[in-house]
Amino acid sequence: MGDTTPVEYMRRTREYYAAHGYEKPYVWAHFSDIPFAPLAKPLSDSKVTIVTTSMPDASYVKKQRRFHLGDLHNPPAGFFTDDLFWDKDATHTKDINSYFPGQQLAAEVAAGSVGSLAPHYYGVPTSYSHRQTLTVDAPQVLQSCQDDGVDVALLVPL
Amino acid sequence: MSLVARVLEENGISTIVIGSAKDIVEYCGVPRYLFTDFPLGNPCGRPYDHTSQRLIMSQALAMLDNCEVPGTTIDTGLVWDDSASWKPNFARVGDDNRAALLAAGDARRSAQAAIREKNISAQ
Repeated sequence: MGDTTPVEYMRRTREYYAAHGYEKPYVWAHFSDIPFAPLAKPLSDSKVTIVTTSMPDASYVKKQRRFHLGDLHNPPAGFFTDDLFWDKDATHTKDINSYFPGQQLAAEVAAGSVGSLAPHYYGVPTSYSHRQTLTVDAPQVLQSCQDDGVDVALLVPL
Repeated sequence: MSLVARVLEENGISTIVIGSAKDIVEYCGVPRYLFTDFPLGNPCGRPYDHTSQRLIMSQALAMLDNCEVPGTTIDTGLVWDDSASWKPNFARVGDDNRAALLAAGDARRSAQAAIREKNISAQ
């Protein structure tokens, strides 16, 4: 059996970008308090959505990444993932079900363990700026969840 | 994405983060986190493997049902492969690629400087 220790992504990423000549190390978000919203109702009565970091197509590359939403009942066959920071040597994203669980969630709805699919899934950009995420992107997701009557969100960052 | 989870929770929407960058997610602090020790890119299961994909979904729903303590992490127990050879390879820096990484960084900075210059000229 190989190494079972989780990868130290923060240390590894700092060293990787330092080797690229970037002098200022990235500062990850950190909070000592953690908010908690208990389930307001059983999952079998809840409306559930999915939030992904992938984008619809290549027009959303780099700084063009932005909030988007789509039909959770008819999600696309795949998303644009090429410019996200995932392990392109070890794996691939040709199977959408490996990073966006639309089919799995629909199966749980069909089985009755989840009440219903929300009308939309949401896509949020991974942003270098915490402020961008906290003041622009997260409020857009929140507003959309409220508009759609979402009870539970599954967040699946690549 | 962990920041989005926090904002939704603060506003009464229950969330779970499903993914692989354990240290980053836990450092931020999210209410419920389902961790799988896979390479980044497949938070919802191995490609074309319905068994692991269904397992992760069912574990996520069970965690939503049962978790009562914010900041809880559960490990799905799934293993990518026995060798774990992908772990040391990701974002690797070594004597054999250090010069190439620095050259790539230099090229990127030059390209970004050229774009900035062009934007200033256009103003």
